Amino acid sequence: MSMETILEIQDLHAGVDGKAILKGISLTIHPGEVHAIMGPNGSGKSTLAAVLAGREGYTISAGTVRYCGQDLLELDPEERARAGLFLAFQYPVEIPGVNSTYFLKAALNEIRKARGLPELDAMEFLHLVREKIKLLELDENLLKRAVNVGFSGGEKKRNEIFQMAVLEPRLAVLDETDSGLDIDALRVVANGVNKLKRPDNAQLVITHYQRLLDYIVPDFVHVLCDGRIVKSGGKDLALELEAKGYDWIMGCSASPECVAAAT
Amino acid sequence: MSTAIATIEEFVNTEYKYGFVSDIETESLPPGLNEDVVRAISAKKGEPEFLLDWRLKAYRHWLTMTEPRWQKATYPPIDYQSISYFAAPKKRPQLSSLDEVDPELRRTFEKLGISLDEQKRLAGVAVDAVMDSVSVATTFQKDLEKHGIIFCSFSEAARKHPDLVEKYLGSVVPLTDNFFATLNSAVFSDGSFCYVPRGVRCPMELSTYFRINAKNTGQFERTLIIAEEGSYVSYLEGCTAPMRDENQLHAAVVELIALDGAEIKYSTVQNWYPGDREGRGGIYNFVTKRGLCKGRRSKISWTQVETGSAITWKYPSCVLLGDDSVGEFYSVALTNHRQQADTGTKMVHVGRNTRSTIVSKGIAAGRGQNTYRGLVKIQKSATGARNFSQCDSLLIGDQCGAHTFPYIEVRNTSSQVEHEATTSKIGEDQIFYCNQRGISKQDAVNLIVNGFCKEVFRELPMEFAVEAQKLLGVSLEGSVG
Repeated sequence: MSMETILEIQDLHAGVDGKAILKGISLTIHPGEVHAIMGPNGSGKSTLAAVLAGREGYTISAGTVRYCGQDLLELDPEERARAGLFLAFQYPVEIPGVNSTYFLKAALNEIRKARGLPELDAMEFLHLVREKIKLLELDENLLKRAVNVGFSGGEKKRNEIFQMAVLEPRLAVLDETDSGLDIDALRVVANGVNKLKRPDNAQLVITHYQRLLDYIVPDFVHVLCDGRIVKSGGKDLALELEAKGYDWIMGCSASPECVAAAT
Repeated sequence: MSTAIATIEEFVNTEYKYGFVSDIETESLPPGLNEDVVRAISAKKGEPEFLLDWRLKAYRHWLTMTEPRWQKATYPPIDYQSISYFAAPKKRPQLSSLDEVDPELRRTFEKLGISLDEQKRLAGVAVDAVMDSVSVATTFQKDLEKHGIIFCSFSEAARKHPDLVEKYLGSVVPLTDNFFATLNSAVFSDGSFCYVPRGVRCPMELSTYFRINAKNTGQFERTLIIAEEGSYVSYLEGCTAPMRDENQLHAAVVELIALDGAEIKYSTVQNWYPGDREGRGGIYNFVTKRGLCKGRRSKISWTQVETGSAITWKYPSCVLLGDDSVGEFYSVALTNHRQQADTGTKMVHVGRNTRSTIVSKGIAAGRGQNTYRGLVKIQKSATGARNFSQCDSLLIGDQCGAHTFPYIEVRNTSSQVEHEATTSKIGEDQIFYCNQRGISKQDAVNLIVNGFCKEVFRELPMEFAVEAQKLLGVSLEGSVG
């Protein structure tokens, strides 16, 4: 069928400071798909996100990651970003003194340059921003502030999705975007994410709770436990997991860490 | 964490871009300092009698003084007898146009990216280029003359306008002021002089580029700017020096005098050779800069961007004598490698309802040590005075240091003083966040540093602000990954 893939992870092993965290992950994502990764604390969810984005400090001991035909692990973090890989941070970072609009314009223009597109000037950019900001119901005044400085928890998360809307990634990895959000903010964020879904891009939604998946409906759900995907299925798997708890899956892993984490 | 440190270690690895030696013959005095040297300097410049007397008085006083050691920096003792106190380019031209400037000198300026040609073409900046203590080219002088503005080398002023020099020299920084200022008073070689007559708004930014070029030559610049009633002048000072193995002492004195309703804006971008990565070589920049707001409603504003020198030791200050006068100090000081900076300001409020603002941004990287030291002194007579101070420090890496010593003395009950301070660090997290949005490590550092400094940059004239940003970028090049 030779259907192109956006992401193809094979038998990925990774760890930090000599401690193995990911112990053989395999996952394939095609255009137009939304995948959810669920799992208890300590199962390796955020490590997977960090390794995909290229964060320093992780050792990759085995496995391959192909991204849009490239060896992802060979690329620097900024090259991955310019190639359309976006990470919505679990804890968005504050950068005092750096204006949000200026920051986002610099980011967008780096990405456009990498794609061979002309850079946007200030007016064009402003126009784009005005259009996208409505999607997240964000106050335009936030853009006049320094990046994430003085933003509430919910605003930070919405700002992540707003950046995603502007940067139009091919693959968006959402790392526990639901954590710390009240139900209204969750709805806004999820709504934003859903509107950004296109046939030519894909989303990898990492979450601890099923709650987010009431709003972002995945095509596939994978359960991560002790660094391995222990079960994959359709969207119903998330519901089943919510009803039965992680213990239900843990049986197959028998890892004490995992069981402890799940309880 | 270890990776973050490694990343930041690399931060320190840019070769000094302006390290080259121009091959221009210089006529120097042999090293050493005594009364004969002072006399010789004065004679070489054909100075009027009063100036020689003034120099000698300073020299004799200097002999009674001891070198201060209270700054937060360490350096080996300076041997004042091993310094040559005068070096002048031999081919001293009397030029009517820039084309006649020594081509070697022109190339030197071009390497610095500040070619006179370009300066002339671009913004209509009049450049009084000081190379090794003697002015070699002055432009736009005719234009300024039309407005009655005097802008020339200090030596020329001493010859042509002795009355003005005698009246104001040492009126802000007296010859007994401090060890280095007194030394300067005795042996100053040259510098700039500017006089703006009553009611005149100087039509262009005045600019001087200083350059230390002869080996083992102490630089003792003297600058004097006088703004008469209701006048305005903006003065830019930029500095670069070539690479040297030995440390070079630079002890300049700048005096500003603003009369009723006058405004002086003094901007500095200083990027002298900071020494190598291990702290060898580099300039000692021990400068006394002070402005006197003598008249009512006068205003003096200092803006400085300090990225160079092995040791920077300076406090551009304002004495707010006139009622309702205003003093401002905006500073960015960057220390990388083993650079040390102890800099800040003094705001002395004497007149009623005087106001001062201090915004200081210190950036420390590598093993750099960055100290803010400031004094806000509100005298009893300064009723209704106000001061606002903000001192922010930014650390890059974990081997540098930032220190703040704010001194506040208030002697009346009707004044208000505010002081704010922050210390922050460029984190691995911030850099990764930028990377993840497509911004490279180097650009991320520049973005964060420029964001940190923007309150100061916006005080600089446009083309200087651009230069300052570039300079910070160059100074921080190779800082990360």
